[in-house]
Amino acid sequence: MSAASLLPITSAAIANKYCVEARGGEEVSDYIIKAENIKKYFGGVKALDGVNLEIKKGEIHCLAGENGCGKSTIINIISGFYTLDSGTIEIDGTKYEKMNPKQAIANGIQVIYQDLSLFPNLTVMENLAINMEVAASRKFVSKARMRKIAEAAVAKIGFKIDLDETVENLTVGMRQMIAISRALLNDAKLIIMDEPTTAITKREVKSLFKIIKQLQAQGIAVLFVSHKLDEVFEIAERFTIFRSGKNVASGNTSELDQNKFTYYMTGREIISSHYEYTRENAQNVLEVKNLSLKNGFKDVSFSLKQGEIVGITGLLGSGRTELAETLFGYHAADSGEIFIEGKKVEIRSIKQGIENGIGYLPSDRVTEGLFLSQPIVDNISIEKWHDYANCLGKIDRTQIEKMTEHWAKELSIALHNIEDPVGTLSGGNQQKCVLAKWLALDLKVLILNGPTVGVDIGAKFDIYELVKRLAKHGLTVIIISDDLPEVLTNCNRVMVMQSGRLVETLSTQGLDESRLAELAN
Amino acid sequence: MNLQKTVKSTEFYVALIILLLCMAIQMKSGQFFTGNNLVDVVRAFSVPAMFCIGEMFVIITGGVDVSFPAIASLSMFFVCSELEEVASNPLFFFLVAMLIGLAVGLLNGVIIARFRFPALIVTLGTSSICFGIMQGVFKSREYPLCEPLKELGEMKLFSATNPVSGLTSNMPVAVILMIVLVFLGWFILNRTMLGRGIYAIGGDVKAAQRSGFNVFGILLFIYAFSGCMAGLIGVLRSTMLLAVHPNNLEGMEMTVIAACVLGGVRMTGGKGSVLGALLGMALLTIVDNSLILLGISTIWQKVFTGAIIIIGTAASAMQTKRNERKLAIKMNEGGK
Repeated sequence: MSAASLLPITSAAIANKYCVEARGGEEVSDYIIKAENIKKYFGGVKALDGVNLEIKKGEIHCLAGENGCGKSTIINIISGFYTLDSGTIEIDGTKYEKMNPKQAIANGIQVIYQDLSLFPNLTVMENLAINMEVAASRKFVSKARMRKIAEAAVAKIGFKIDLDETVENLTVGMRQMIAISRALLNDAKLIIMDEPTTAITKREVKSLFKIIKQLQAQGIAVLFVSHKLDEVFEIAERFTIFRSGKNVASGNTSELDQNKFTYYMTGREIISSHYEYTRENAQNVLEVKNLSLKNGFKDVSFSLKQGEIVGITGLLGSGRTELAETLFGYHAADSGEIFIEGKKVEIRSIKQGIENGIGYLPSDRVTEGLFLSQPIVDNISIEKWHDYANCLGKIDRTQIEKMTEHWAKELSIALHNIEDPVGTLSGGNQQKCVLAKWLALDLKVLILNGPTVGVDIGAKFDIYELVKRLAKHGLTVIIISDDLPEVLTNCNRVMVMQSGRLVETLSTQGLDESRLAELAN
Repeated sequence: MNLQKTVKSTEFYVALIILLLCMAIQMKSGQFFTGNNLVDVVRAFSVPAMFCIGEMFVIITGGVDVSFPAIASLSMFFVCSELEEVASNPLFFFLVAMLIGLAVGLLNGVIIARFRFPALIVTLGTSSICFGIMQGVFKSREYPLCEPLKELGEMKLFSATNPVSGLTSNMPVAVILMIVLVFLGWFILNRTMLGRGIYAIGGDVKAAQRSGFNVFGILLFIYAFSGCMAGLIGVLRSTMLLAVHPNNLEGMEMTVIAACVLGGVRMTGGKGSVLGALLGMALLTIVDNSLILLGISTIWQKVFTGAIIIIGTAASAMQTKRNERKLAIKMNEGGK
């Protein structure tokens, strides 16, 4: 809290510093960038319909909006990768009608893409120095020169790293630091970070924020693209929100609250309610005794009642994913027992997992949960093919189409045609397809691993509502998540894992977020 | 620290296996570390080793080139059969062969780099075209080597005679070219920005583009280089055999790719060293050449080669997996 209240003062101080310079110099703008009335079309499709984006020097500005709202388009325009169709861009008082990437970089604009644009196979040193070396049109490699550049880059944000380590051996958080320090090499004045917190742990988010503040203290402005409200509040001073290629709101983050933020992003009022669990005397659906998996988790015991929604939280690598995968049958446990509805069962393969009524929504839906290039109908119906095939194995298409349409309606999946590849859908709708696949089976337990990662706010709440409705009808749900508010509002109990052990099981009733955060870390 | 890294590398394991194999052969037969056997091994090693350099460039960018045996055969047969009357300087033969190789390599490069077609399919296509032209247009057959090249082929650096068996083996001049080419390959990969570009493309094409690398140019270069070298090596091969065998190189692409992978060149791109690829090739050559000294019938050589390829690639795949697990543990501990 104290950090947040200090923020305006620091930024004001920085703004003052620039004002003084402005008076002394010729004509210096308060804004590092002013994009006005930007329009951009792709074919006939309007991606940006006259948006404005103004970023002051040395401020931390948040750009928010749902997928497809034009966030990435504006980033690509500011960085010069797209040419705009109409509108003006003013950088530090100079107007540009057209800009190419080189000009953008020369003006101190640096983008850190979501994929970080690093070379996983090269060393930290090479990753840091290579852009400079290419820009200087070097022909030969000089290790000494590269090391010098790399050391200078690392010194900019002052973090410790082995320059000779290969980047693929580093955590995502570390890779982000490398990308940031590389961006700083070119005398950056504005750093654009495209959803930098999606793939990193809470702890890494903290150190990232520290660095962002550090950059601000050096007078560097940061455009922070995110749709996580808590982050926006914590780090940004001002915000701009886009919806469908238009500005919907901008201002100071202090004027913003959860409901307004969601409303601006989605255009609808969303009220989230805490999940109340009412069947205290329901029977145990899943019971686990002393379950262990080598290199995964140890001596895990718990029991879940029918209709419960239980959260599992803990750091990446705490064994939570391995636990879920073991319950589903992806790994075979080394020791311990699993009981379904009081009966001891063997789950040593995915087939056995499914037979015992367990469904699993993997954390990476793109590689583990869906066949992206295959039609929506096949993705949703795949687990039911056996039931709809005749003795020769021919699948009854009309049956599975009917089933798909039923679930598409039930989960309000926004689709044009069920024969479209599932990869053409948005993240939220893809996730709903994975859910539909499991719901088509008669499950007893559904395990959701990071169900709303990379999913829009609107679709996120749809998924929450759906999960709660299913639980009310008697499905037992496990939600594995880093997102503590998500766990607190949607689960009636939460289990905390640490280094492969289940350390705490709590009721979410009256549980404080900061207390849970403390336990989880 | 550095010693630790060396011990963990694929190159170290392959070198160790080569050493053990050599010792085993020596102990069983007493014939491995004899002058003429070593010369024979180097002879057999030199041509595929040169192919390895071009191939590893391509594999490091994430592609694969299966057309070089066809390019080598076509240019070899063309210069030997068509230029016999025209020229007498061996250099001219090499030059024309390299130009033919360059042309086919450029064709590969343009199609792959410009249109982003899968390299395997494109080079499979050009390979077929080259063999087709050779057989159809030039009516390829076994052909005697023309005089200027024959003279070159009969030149030798030195010869080694086995005192026991009385067999003599000659060290061909081509070995010098191999050394030059290996050095050139190493130099490009490690000491030039072009080499960094090759690794960068294999690591992440998009990132390479954003960094300002000329991705099209680099891809064009590696396929052209591979083709050009194939032309050269083709003629060299005929001088070593003292005859033109148009189908002699067929199937070589698989051996070369296997050697690269065995030596730690990653099929998906981005990783690999000249030393590794050469060690891989050396291991395959020794198995191929010297198992007979162990008293193992030639029929079993293919089985051994296959087994070594599978075991070797499995070992490096397991190494990668172990590293991944370590990363997970590191993340976990970092969180404490």
